[in-house]
Amino acid sequence: MAVSAVSPALIEFRQVAKVYGHGENAVHALDGVDLVINDGEFVAIMGPSGSGKSTCMNIIGCLDTPTSGQYLFRGVDVGSLTRDQRALLRRNHLGFVFQGFNLLKRTTALENVELPLIYRGVPRAARHARAQEALEAVGLGDRGGHTASELSGGQQQRVAIARAIASDPAVILADEPTGNLDSHRSQEIMELLARLNHDRGITVVMVTHEPDMALYARRSVSFRDGKISSDQNQPGHAPAGGA
Amino acid sequence: MFVETLLLAFREIRRNVMRSALTMLGIMIGVAAVIAMVTLGGGAKQKVSNDISSLGKNLLMVMPGTHQTGPSSGGAPFKNEDVQAIKRSIDGIQAVAPMSTSSVRAVYGNTNWTTTVSGTTNAYFGARQWAVEKGRFFDEAEERSGRTVCIIGTTVRDNLFGQQDPIGARIRLGTGSCEVIGLLQSKGSSGFGNNQDDTVIMPLFAFQRRISGVDDVSMIFISARSEGSIDKVKAATEALLRQRRHIVGGKEDDFQVQDMREIASLVESTTTLLTAFLGAVAAISLLVGGIGIMNIMLVSVTERTREIGIRLAIGAYEREVLLQFLVEAGSLSLAGGVVGILIGLTISAFVAPMVGIPFVLNLWIIGVAFVFSAAVGVVFGYFPARNAARLDPIAALRYE
Ligand SMILES: Nc1ncnc2c1ncn2[C@@H]1O[C@H](COP(=O)(O)OP(=O)(O)OP(=O)(O)O)[C@@H](O)[C@H]1O
Ligand SMILES: [Mg+2]
Repeated sequence: MAVSAVSPALIEFRQVAKVYGHGENAVHALDGVDLVINDGEFVAIMGPSGSGKSTCMNIIGCLDTPTSGQYLFRGVDVGSLTRDQRALLRRNHLGFVFQGFNLLKRTTALENVELPLIYRGVPRAARHARAQEALEAVGLGDRGGHTASELSGGQQQRVAIARAIASDPAVILADEPTGNLDSHRSQEIMELLARLNHDRGITVVMVTHEPDMALYARRSVSFRDGKISSDQNQPGHAPAGGA
Repeated sequence: MFVETLLLAFREIRRNVMRSALTMLGIMIGVAAVIAMVTLGGGAKQKVSNDISSLGKNLLMVMPGTHQTGPSSGGAPFKNEDVQAIKRSIDGIQAVAPMSTSSVRAVYGNTNWTTTVSGTTNAYFGARQWAVEKGRFFDEAEERSGRTVCIIGTTVRDNLFGQQDPIGARIRLGTGSCEVIGLLQSKGSSGFGNNQDDTVIMPLFAFQRRISGVDDVSMIFISARSEGSIDKVKAATEALLRQRRHIVGGKEDDFQVQDMREIASLVESTTTLLTAFLGAVAAISLLVGGIGIMNIMLVSVTERTREIGIRLAIGAYEREVLLQFLVEAGSLSLAGGVVGILIGLTISAFVAPMVGIPFVLNLWIIGVAFVFSAAVGVVFGYFPARNAARLDPIAALRYE
């Protein structure tokens, strides 16, 4: 990564826009967004459906590319990177938790968690150990041998989180991680994310619809029609590592 | 990384046992069918050419009748004098043998067997390169005097004598009888479907007197001294017979001189056609197998595309994902192909002796089957994966 005089922000959007379709049908999913997220933050992204939250997350995650504007990751313009360089960036710095889990269904929990480590070239033994450790961190140390389809929704989401943290990323991007879960399970997941942020200093960016969940974050960014409508710190956020 | 990718691919194959098995099965059946068809076809072709060469080398057959009407109709039979004339006046001849045949019931004790009785001379055995297994050929006195001696084929021996030694026995042929003096070596089928061993051969003179009652010759065998002189002998024979049968000007021959090479190439082209036809049928089954695979692959394309999306999102390079899928599809279809080849060869090796043809290994078709099965894997397994891996990861993840 490039080094500049002032240490650059972890994530910086400069007038990022994303347009789907063209002409009269064009949808401005993101419309000139400026956003800075620094190391160690826990950010909740809120907003009505269709306001551009997922689009924003996908661009942060280098899964999608902006139509215009600049996205800098630690000062590096992601738009100037090749496909492989972006893959490498995801591999080494980012962890994803998707709303739909996105686990390999017939694959065991342990193997799912090992997957990012395989692509990182971590040797077999170390890989097993780290995957097991990550599963234990999400409270599923004894479920490693089950396939994803044998686990409950909450357990699958925790496996997804274990997969995201196994490679020790700088950022965890979670798009509605509790969207499919009941409130009890949701709280477990939120506490887990809060703990990872607090204890390991992992930056967490999370999309949620539910204000309760957003309270776990220290900063809340709201989207409306592809623009940021509010961006505020939440002094009274729920304590990390509880219950 | 390469090794890891291979392991990933094999793990995927094991995980999707059903899909893998179906993929392999389609290829397997198609390849086995093609291999069996082509191998058996090749064996049949080989057999036909073996059979034809069993008729004798450098052999010409002269028969009455035009090309159009076939050997049995049109054109008067030859006479003994025609044979003498050929023998006298044509150069480059090794042997000339007249032959007349008739279907006659042979009786020995209380068994009987209807067979083909032929009258000819010792030269016939030379022209046909046919030896006796037991006993002897005719002697000169027998040829001249018309004594009723005969040489029998193994089929006649089996049907009249069983395990008994036929030499010296007397068998009844129609109204007369003859003494068996020799047993011919077995020649098998001639390639025209007739059994060459189902025969009784006696001196022409005796045949004309005792069996047919006329001095006709229904066929003349000529063996040329060398392969190079076949054409010359053929032309000379035609000219001589035209003259003797008073065919002048542009009138068509009422006889034909057939060259074994012509017959061989005719029969061979028929079997080649047959093999090609069977091969085409088998190729269609291979194609159907391929389409089956395509179906299986396409059905799983949603699932696979999501899998590709997940792998890309997690940070896999496009080429790593592709290598995995290439190995997966390639090894499945290759394994299917190899198993299919083995099954096809096993079937051929088993069936060939049952239908009495040699087992001829055709390396060329094995190579084609091998390449084809690899290609099926790549086309139906790899290309869909490649399209998916080129998507933005988010598009692959969203794929419905
Ligand atoms: N692939 C696409 N093609 C066309 N339009 C799209 C595509 N993806 C998103 N959009 C549009 O972009 C806009 C923003 O979508 P986005 O998924 O970012 O919304 P969101 O804030 O995540 O909504 P939700 O809360 O429902 O998940 C929507 O109007 C959506 O219809
Ligand atoms: Mg969304």
